[in-house]
Amino acid sequence: MKKIKEPGMSVIVKTVARLVARVMLLFGFYVVLHGQVTHGGGFAGGVVMALVFILIMLAYGKEGALRTFSRTGALTTAGIGLILLVAIAFTGYWRGHFFANFLGQGWPFEFWSAGVIPFLNIAIGLVVLGSLYGIFAALTHFHSEEEEKQ
Amino acid sequence: MMLVEKYLPLFVAIPLGGAFLISLLGWKKRGLPEWIGTLIPAGLFIYSLVTLWATTKHGIVVHHLGGWSPPVGILIGADGLTAFMLVIVHFVAACVALYATDYIKKYTSPWIFYVLFLIILAGMNGVLTTCDFFNLFVFMEIASLAACTLVAFGTERHELEAAFKYGVMNTMGALFILLGIALLYGYTSELNMADMANIIAAKGPGSKIVTMAGVFFLVGFGLKAALVPFHAWLPDAHPSAPAPISAILSGLIIKSLGIYALFRIFICVLGMTPLLSSIFLFMGALSMATGAIMAMGQTDFKRLLAYSSLSQVGYIVFGLALGTPLGILGGLFHLFNHSVGKSLLFLTAGSVEYATGTRKLNEMGGLSNKMPVTGTSSLAGAMSIGGIPPFGGFFSKLIIIFAAVQAGHIGYAIWAVGTGVLTLVYLMKAMKQAFRGALAERWQAVREVPMRMRLAMLILAFVCLTGGLLLIPQLKDLFLNQAAKVLIDGRMYSKIWGGF
Repeated sequence: MKKIKEPGMSVIVKTVARLVARVMLLFGFYVVLHGQVTHGGGFAGGVVMALVFILIMLAYGKEGALRTFSRTGALTTAGIGLILLVAIAFTGYWRGHFFANFLGQGWPFEFWSAGVIPFLNIAIGLVVLGSLYGIFAALTHFHSEEEEKQ
Repeated sequence: MMLVEKYLPLFVAIPLGGAFLISLLGWKKRGLPEWIGTLIPAGLFIYSLVTLWATTKHGIVVHHLGGWSPPVGILIGADGLTAFMLVIVHFVAACVALYATDYIKKYTSPWIFYVLFLIILAGMNGVLTTCDFFNLFVFMEIASLAACTLVAFGTERHELEAAFKYGVMNTMGALFILLGIALLYGYTSELNMADMANIIAAKGPGSKIVTMAGVFFLVGFGLKAALVPFHAWLPDAHPSAPAPISAILSGLIIKSLGIYALFRIFICVLGMTPLLSSIFLFMGALSMATGAIMAMGQTDFKRLLAYSSLSQVGYIVFGLALGTPLGILGGLFHLFNHSVGKSLLFLTAGSVEYATGTRKLNEMGGLSNKMPVTGTSSLAGAMSIGGIPPFGGFFSKLIIIFAAVQAGHIGYAIWAVGTGVLTLVYLMKAMKQAFRGALAERWQAVREVPMRMRLAMLILAFVCLTGGLLLIPQLKDLFLNQAAKVLIDGRMYSKIWGGF
């Protein structure tokens, strides 16, 4: 019997990737949300979240990953993040300045301590998630010559 | 707070917002990218005129981002020079966007074009309005990356090659600039350009770090402006892009990212020295002649125009580097004339390509019979750049040459006159080959380009023709003198900026 070649890596990698993916996503979201009180923030958390989908792409192959998160999805995610960012910056005019922090400052070292910063972090996280994964997906756009022959 | 001051960040925010909106909705909704892409530059053109008026009245307008004062906060500001550049950028960008609405239909996914076009606009506006050195670098990279993608827009082999070359060379330039900024940041502990200028002035001349940073900036911004030893990327990149983007690249990008940034930093921040001035004079003169001589032998219409840009940038740098009030006025005026004229020429080259499908000058001929509007407006652009009397370009070249004589550089003045003759020769040769003579058999079916493309070219041609009117004293005080004043008293302006 001829062995059917599945796309992606071995069963071990696939299993580990499946187990780890959700935890990584949660961690990425945590880093984004706590950007104002811990290290990290929108960019770092966004990178972690994008890595989840890049991991899925590496483990399961291109088709599987693009079913989970399509190129259009990546573009839309980045677009929504950017619109959110500009919208928050515009809302600052309510307090007289572009990018002004119009929400209450809260208490130092608490979660609620930075006004609009968490929302800006979420926006940046979405942008980084969408664009980083989008770039990686775009790099897999072309087939190798061997794949073309098959 | 003044309204102009309050809404100054809109120059960056609105094009960015528009670009993101198109990237979300544009690929579904037909016609939306064209509307957004045309209305934003047109609206901002009106706002840039308001900003120009405000700067003539108040000298300088500054917005504190997020309400934070310096040195903590980042400033966005506009003085006479910034307002001058903003008006030029938005005028040309609005015409180009109008032209592109018809032109871009021959490509697939025009919405990507508009996204990148608006991002370039945002990047250029950011470079022009920011008062923070690192922000200048970031916005410069935003504009460069978007431009690099647009050079590859057609995804043909030579276009990808040109884009790669452009990307590599511009990244090299950006790295030099970044290194220079890092050195200056270490030296002054400050990123606000005005404060930096004050600290450098206070520490006195002769610092080796400032000299080193100056050399890095010379290489970096010289690459962006395509001054002659650093020009290799331009003749490949500018012709490869779609015609509207060639117009933006040659008319605006090398000026706002290159020349504006170069002189803003060397005159307003580091301080001009006689040695630097003579280096710029030499590079300017070298660019003039090299560009003109290389352009003589070209058979590709757009490539000829790209070499011509090289030569004209030489004139602008030469004029600004003279350092005399007359020289600076001439340089800035030539910047305006070249922006309008060269964008127009690239658009007409695009029209010819749109109608005939070729850019080879020796295959054309007699196209004026079939495309009268393109032929006439192309001639207007060529006469303005070539320096024929009623057109704007004549006056600016005349001022530059007079200024060179006045400053005692007789040799350079003769050099500039000689290059001017060469300019006229290659442009008229191109005009003759493309538009005059007998119409070839294969172009019998050629038709004039669509209405909006014609309209955009006619507007630009009209401004080429009437550009000389800007030297009328009232208009000169409003537009050119304000900008020239910034470069003449560079130090004085930096003191105002730092005085919070």
